[in-house]
Amino acid sequence: MRRRSLTLAGWNVRLAVGVPPGHDLDFCSPGGAVLTPKPRGPLSEFVFAVLRADLDSDRATPWPAAEGHADAAITLWTLYELHYRGFDDVDDGLEWHPALLGPRHELEGDLERRLRDRFPGHQILGGFGQDFFAFVADHDGLSLAAHVQRDADRDQVLELLRVRSIYHLKEADPTAWVVPRLPVATKAALVELLYDEYGVGDPNRLHAHLWAQGMTACGLRCDYGAYIDEVPAEVLEQNNAMSLFGLHRRLRGAALGHLAAFEATSSMPSRRMAQGLERLGLPREIVDYYTEHVAADAVHEQLAVRTICGSLLEAEPGLADDVYFGAFTCLDLENRVAGRMLARWGVLDSDEGAVA
Amino acid sequence: MTEPKAFDHADVVLCPGGPMLLRGDHLVEDADGVTHRTERPVSAICRCRKSASAPWCDGTHKLLPQKQRP
Ligand code: FES
Ligand SMILES: [Fe+2]
Ligand SMILES: [Fe+2]
Repeated sequence: MRRRSLTLAGWNVRLAVGVPPGHDLDFCSPGGAVLTPKPRGPLSEFVFAVLRADLDSDRATPWPAAEGHADAAITLWTLYELHYRGFDDVDDGLEWHPALLGPRHELEGDLERRLRDRFPGHQILGGFGQDFFAFVADHDGLSLAAHVQRDADRDQVLELLRVRSIYHLKEADPTAWVVPRLPVATKAALVELLYDEYGVGDPNRLHAHLWAQGMTACGLRCDYGAYIDEVPAEVLEQNNAMSLFGLHRRLRGAALGHLAAFEATSSMPSRRMAQGLERLGLPREIVDYYTEHVAADAVHEQLAVRTICGSLLEAEPGLADDVYFGAFTCLDLENRVAGRMLARWGVLDSDEGAVA
Repeated sequence: MTEPKAFDHADVVLCPGGPMLLRGDHLVEDADGVTHRTERPVSAICRCRKSASAPWCDGTHKLLPQKQRP
């Protein structure tokens, strides 16, 4: 392991770089190091070099502008990852470094503004539960699961699994950030749901682990972020939105609204996924992941909408707009991810769902 | 000064238009007399009779017209 010091946007930083020998990398990794992704433009190229500490100190400031959404999104994604599992080529000490937090704040501001601009608002018609389920039904968009169920070929499905792995390998983690920021009833309700996501105390049942086993059974890599370089910008943005909501107490309403919309659009699509995977003869383990989610998310949608968001709004009625904003963001981003993938596969002729 | 309040926390919850939530471990007998053990901290029992995973809810109730939902 090398050590070097550098000036990072005016700060002096001492860094340990390189992969420490014998470092336990991942719960499922066959031993590969988790490294910073490929840059997607001048900003990410600059920031990743800063993170890996191979920039000359006099070039460390100021940061270049992002060139397009993909460049901004991969930069933000990588900065967020410092709070989850980190990278083997980045010093853990950079997680809270002020020189990174400043520019991250700007990237987050841009993302939140763009997400809020897309939100059409919501109506109050009846009780919250009924209104929320109706809102989800009204804004549910393109379905990748329907394509997988009936028409997708094996290559498309394996590509989709790689793309989905960016979230499923840290399933529920972005929402876990929210727990300490909640009123009593909501905290109890959220942990009741998370307990199930995290396997009810049995690591074999932890959802991210079921997913990892499914990936391995399909001959895919299950180490964290292994496929980050091939995922479209929409997937990065989908992931970033969850981290944004999860990491800011101010956005706790959006985080829980996002969770509720996610759970409320999972049960039936999971059945379709399971049927499609069976049709293509994919391994039992990955089918099981989806079958588990048919039953689990039929429960989780009720918990997330009624006991989690319901109790939050009872205690903090002012958060209603944010709950719907988070829900809309979940549905809208999934629609755009689906649009992008279906366009890639020639199923949709235009990629109108794509991030502009 | 506010006192910490007590919450009504039910073991069985009837969701309007949807399943019955059941907290804890139970043996559930379905319409054919077959028993099923609950497998998770909270289970959702289908009340619309359209689930393909009976006795558990699988979200199918959302496809039914408003009037036919439980
Ligand atoms: S109540 Fe949900 S499927 Fe019947
Ligand atoms: Fe899950
Ligand atoms: Fe879930």
